[in-house]
Amino acid sequence: MTTVNPFGHAAQHHVLSVLVQNRPGVLARVANLFARRGYNIFSLAVAPTEQDEYSRITIVVDVESAPLEQIVKQLFKLVDVVRIGELDPRHSVERELLMATVRATPEQRGQVVELTNIFEGTIVGVGAEALTVSLDGSPSKIDDFMALLGQYGIVESQRTGRIALPRLDRAARVRAVPGGGSSTTTKKGKAS
Amino acid sequence: MKSNQKITGAQALIRALEHEHVDVMFGLPGGCILPAYDPLLESPIRHVLVRHEQGAGHMAEGYAHVTGRPGVAMVTSGPAATNLVTPLCDAYMDSVPMVAITGQVPTSAIGTDAFQECDTVGITRSITKHNELVMSADDLPLAIRQAFHLATTGRPGPVLVDVPKDVLQNQMTWHWPTDDEVLDSLPGYRPNVKGHPKMIKEAARLILAAERPVLYVGGGVLKARAAEVLRELAELTQIPVVTTLMARGAFPDDHPLCLGMPGMHGTATAVTAMQKSDLLIALGARFDDRVTGKVAAFAPEAKIIHVDIDPAEQGKVRTPDVPIVGDCRLVTEELVKAVRALLESGERQADVGPWRSRVSGWREQFPLAYEPSAPGAHLKPQYCLERLRDASPEGTIVVSGVGQHQMWASQYWRFNEPYTWVNSGGLGTMGFSVPAAIGAKVGRPDRTVWAIDGDGCFQMTAQELVTASIERIPVKVGILNNAYLGMVRQWQEMFYGERYSEVHLGHVVPDYVRWAEAMGCVGIRVEAPEEVESAIDKANSINDKPVVVEFRVDADEKVFPMVPAGQSNDDILLPPGQSDRREYLR
Repeated sequence: MTTVNPFGHAAQHHVLSVLVQNRPGVLARVANLFARRGYNIFSLAVAPTEQDEYSRITIVVDVESAPLEQIVKQLFKLVDVVRIGELDPRHSVERELLMATVRATPEQRGQVVELTNIFEGTIVGVGAEALTVSLDGSPSKIDDFMALLGQYGIVESQRTGRIALPRLDRAARVRAVPGGGSSTTTKKGKAS
Repeated sequence: MKSNQKITGAQALIRALEHEHVDVMFGLPGGCILPAYDPLLESPIRHVLVRHEQGAGHMAEGYAHVTGRPGVAMVTSGPAATNLVTPLCDAYMDSVPMVAITGQVPTSAIGTDAFQECDTVGITRSITKHNELVMSADDLPLAIRQAFHLATTGRPGPVLVDVPKDVLQNQMTWHWPTDDEVLDSLPGYRPNVKGHPKMIKEAARLILAAERPVLYVGGGVLKARAAEVLRELAELTQIPVVTTLMARGAFPDDHPLCLGMPGMHGTATAVTAMQKSDLLIALGARFDDRVTGKVAAFAPEAKIIHVDIDPAEQGKVRTPDVPIVGDCRLVTEELVKAVRALLESGERQADVGPWRSRVSGWREQFPLAYEPSAPGAHLKPQYCLERLRDASPEGTIVVSGVGQHQMWASQYWRFNEPYTWVNSGGLGTMGFSVPAAIGAKVGRPDRTVWAIDGDGCFQMTAQELVTASIERIPVKVGILNNAYLGMVRQWQEMFYGERYSEVHLGHVVPDYVRWAEAMGCVGIRVEAPEEVESAIDKANSINDKPVVVEFRVDADEKVFPMVPAGQSNDDILLPPGQSDRREYLR
């Protein structure tokens, strides 16, 4: 997916799925690494996995592929990082959650509810002059929904940042990141 | 020892260090680390009491450089931990195995801006290989085992363990983790030590096919203790060798295949051989900007074999044709085997004879050179170093600071044995040499240790000579005193139109001889050429206390050759008197 970054040129979005040990300071280490090497995190989602000792961090970065390779290798050097996969958007399922409070007079309320229903979103709060709606879906669907809500006036909104997993069809795979030798995608074998 | 016996966290910490075979640590006690200093009284571990925590860190580094074992520094929280920041960063840049233990305010006070509290783990996050705040006494032994494992395996580096005061005071049940427990606790840490066999075979083919190959040897060769097998590879293939600032001594300077140091102040031969090469075999080297000069113009015709244990170094600066992730010793051993196998199967090596004679020609035309001083004029620093080199016992360990004196020491010494050269390469830490030399002497008490320092550097950490005197660590310090921040002066002369801004330190104050004597050392001043030899002989004969020799040297002397920062290595500036021979560098 191509978007325009704050510097005005189109950059490629890459989704990194990073499995880390669930320990204090891990997020700070990862964030610190991006800051230290001058890379911009576009969005970030982090939560424990089905195994208590691991968390998964989904990071969306917008860089060219050469610096991406370097950032992945640097990430691997963090002792708490167990595995990194780059998810190809064409072969993965991406989801994001949006909550937005939208200006809606009693006359407009019906339109906003209808729009929300079309997108299969949910009304989670109703006020005299506003509605709070929520929607989960692919990032592009959420972009579209937000654009349409914009005509009513968004008072406040929050997106979660995207989470992603490989798609379960025949093409499903976490693409190995190029160039790092055998240790790049998964750290394996005994330490010396 | 009963396994269910209760001991304090502090006792567990010291016991864990003993289990890691720590024989010496460098440190300075204070409030939060106090509990750990009590069981130290009963421990066989020697503690060297420093005068500034930065000294403890550099001593640990010096010790690690010459012994290959991790250096250990222990200091308290807050300002002590921040004083350790420079040595940690230094060790990180130069991949020096080091374990730092810092005190921290009690767990209940963390985050309250308590007295001498700072976010040590946060501050040192990007300058350590790993760091850890230990929140329970029961976790201490594992944290220490992890720290030593991480510091010494893979690409070595500094690891910091931050221990709150109550964690040191609390009772715990002693348990020394097994190897498997350590590995299981670090699922994300599995350094790749064995190179890929296919890549090694490919590399062997390139080596045999190359007509103008150069072995580009970096500090990783020393870290992997690969000097011997490197020599085997070089002699088998007759490929010339350059040793970077971090690798001086990894290949003998007196060996006919040795071209000396490459880079900004490298020999014209080493720099030019790399530029003209058709194959660079980079072993444990990281294509630092001080070696490559302008990257786009660096060794334009060379294919690259890059052996490094850190995958992130592959392609960071220059994309290799054959990347090999692995330990330099293991990979070089496999390379030797692979080259032998190819030769035995009938493959022929390309003729490197013409290349060797071309390189020899450069070596004859462009030796290191300086103009000897006129009678009555100031001493030349290079002359002092040559005399010092020739008068010092074989196997002398040289430890330098950062600046002109460092470059001259690296150029003019003849390093024929690994682990005899210690310096701050990556970070370029002024003030490194005195404490690092003390650490080196503690690690190798059987060797003569000369710190070669500048006057600017010396003034940053000289107080550690008090430590050396009291702890009876007889290091020798040669100060090349040119009364300036010499390298800065050189740049201002060459690139800022001789506009000297804030670089003059002065010959008058301090009085180095009296300063040395005040710190319990012998102080000697040398001003004339005829005094040089007797001063060095006297210094070399004193073995019961530290000696400081101040050489008053010519402030105008500059380091040559030089590749100005950011320029192509082709534009190397030659020493006075060689510029007219430039055309031979083809």
